[in-house]
Order: sequence, then structure tokens, then C-alpha cells
Amino acid sequence: MHELSVCQAIVREVLELAAARCATSISDIYLRVGPLSGVETPLLRNAFPFAAAGTVVSGAALHVAPTPVRIHCSRCDADTVVPPNRLLCGQCSDWRTELLSGDELLLDRIEMQCSDEKDHAHV
Amino acid sequence: MCDTCGCNVTHGNEHLLKSGAPLAQTSNGSESIEVLKGLLAANDHEAQHNREHFAEHRVLAVNLMSSPGAGKTALLEATIRDLGDRYRIAVIVGDLETENDAERIRRHGVPAIQISTGSACHLDAHMVHSALHGLDLQEIDIVFIENVGNLVCPASFDLGQHCNVTLLSSPEGDDKPQKYPVMFRAADLVLLSKSDLTPMLGDFDPRRAERHVRELANGAPLIEVSSRNGHGMSAWTGWLERALQLQRANGAVEPQRHVHAAAHTHD
Repeated sequence: MHELSVCQAIVREVLELAAARCATSISDIYLRVGPLSGVETPLLRNAFPFAAAGTVVSGAALHVAPTPVRIHCSRCDADTVVPPNRLLCGQCSDWRTELLSGDELLLDRIEMQCSDEKDHAHV
Repeated sequence: MCDTCGCNVTHGNEHLLKSGAPLAQTSNGSESIEVLKGLLAANDHEAQHNREHFAEHRVLAVNLMSSPGAGKTALLEATIRDLGDRYRIAVIVGDLETENDAERIRRHGVPAIQISTGSACHLDAHMVHSALHGLDLQEIDIVFIENVGNLVCPASFDLGQHCNVTLLSSPEGDDKPQKYPVMFRAADLVLLSKSDLTPMLGDFDPRRAERHVRELANGAPLIEVSSRNGHGMSAWTGWLERALQLQRANGAVEPQRHVHAAAHTHD
């Protein structure tokens, strides 16, 4: 849900970073998205060109790295990777677990081209 | 549902996106005007503001969420019948259209504010804040916020509530928590509503529903209730009374006074 809004948030952040560094274009945007964030990656990809249109972000490649749902078991102390609708410890099956990752929606890294320098700047 | 609709722009927060407002984008040629991260930050800020209103007046705020038709309004009517003599109750109710639910509540002599969300599929903190100014919180013990019927979006928006109560009605099937993990992970209490229908359905197993909630690492209690025949109502109202006592015990120590920012207007 809210994928267009998420893309617009990404574009806004990237534009701020680009303006601060006088970037003329953005080539790549790397995200980390967990299944419990409520955001669907295919919808994100569809929405991105609309949010980026008319900005220096337009034309940038969007790379979405899915993050696993990882939990910590308070009973047996094990950290395991589980499906998003089954947060039971992968080791002892106890339900008293806490989420370590899987609900994030992060702008990980962008690659931009700056007017003063020919090299790519990594942010 | 929300697909790419930008449904988090609502009557309550659209002022933030207008030209010159904090979230507006002014890039040349850009039609982008909406920012989810910014919106959620603005929403969270407003939710905190709502929470301060509740604390100041020692009010318990309960966010009721479910699918459309799970029986939220009927539950509120039954709750008012059971608790209305002892506690001063008010209701804020969100729907896409109509005043039907607010009218149902008002028939029980309880103040109700209807929020018509247009096409938005959830309530946000700004909409609730506007509605709060239609209520005299000094005269209220419990505010129920009946969210828009939807098992997806409402879970993502903090309204300033103290607890989330999610209804799962028996005709919907006991595997709803498996299908909508984000919603059921957020629940502080799950009410298995329409329990009078459970024997007729035959395939709704409350224990299976509980197992699915536990599978989301959520230890929230589940209570079977029927607004129609009163089954489980005393367990539900008991839970509510304990939540109110807890809230008052926490809030009574140091009531938070809040000052409105200069840009903030109450109309």
C-alpha cells in the first residue's frame, strides 16, 4: 500500500542529497524493503517512474533488496529467518520472539553524477 | 486498494501538501507533492499531540479496527448499553461516506463525530485531531475511534490511541491473522465477534484464530463476543475498565500539559 507515496518520499530525499552535492543526474538508487513494511516491491517499481518524472531522479535505476524477516527467540536465544506471517522461532517453535529485521523501508545508497567532478560520487 | 493512489492524502492533512506548506515539493516540472516519510513523521507528531490531549483530560482512547462489516458499530452500541451508566463515552467514527454510524451511536445518547474520509481507506492523526475539537474531553472517560473498515492501511497510522482492538468476525474465517499479519501484529486485544454465528458456521475455530495470532509473536488476549446475545461482553468491558484504570494510573502521576505551536489553530 501507499507505494506512490513511498516513491515520492524517496525522490524527495534523493533530490535533497542531489541538490546539496550539485548532482546533475542520479544513476542508481538502492533500497532495502522488508515484507512487514506493508510495501510491495512490484508496485514500488511501477510507481517509481511517475514519482521521478520531471526531476533529476528521472532515469535512475531503482534497486530493491528484500530484507529477510529475522527474529530473536527469548526462550532459546536463537536468531532465525521466518516467513512474514509465521514469527515462530525456527529452532524451538516458541512464539515469544522479537523482530530483528523485516519491517524496514530504507534508502540504502544512491549513485549520482556531479557537475564539478567527472567521477561518480557515492553517498 | 490503495494501489498507487496516494491515499494517505486526506481532508485532515492535505494542508501540509499545499504550496508553501512543510511537505510541498517545488521542483520544476514535478508533479510530486506527496511524501510518505514526511507524512508519517507529520502524522506521528500529530498523534503525539492527540495523546497529550487525552492525557490532559485523563481519557482512554481505543482504536477499533476490522474488516467492513465485522460488527464494530454493533459492538459499540452493546458496550454503551453495558457501560454507559458508569462511564462517559464518546465515539469518533470514520467511513468513506454517510453519517449512518454516528447516527446509530447518537441514538444511545452518546456524542459521536463522523469523519467522512471520501476515498481514503483509513483515519490519520490529523483527522482524529480535528474531530477531537468537536468533543468536550473534560466530560469524557473513554473515546472509541472506530476506524474505516479495512485490514490493511489503518494499522500503519498512529492516531494517538492507547490501545488497538481488532475485531475478527466468525464469518470471515479464522485464518485472517495469517493473511493480514501487519494488522494483527498491531492488536492489543482481538475480539472474535459474532460468536453467536460460530456454531452455525461450523468451521470457525477460535483456538485456531488464537494460534494464528501467536504465530505473529503477539501475546494479545482473544475474547469471543456477541453484541447480539451479550456473550463475552463482560470479559470485554472488564478488559476496557482495566485499560482505563491503567491509563489513569499512568497519566495521573504527571499530567502532560501541552502548548499549541504558533502555527496551530483550533477551529
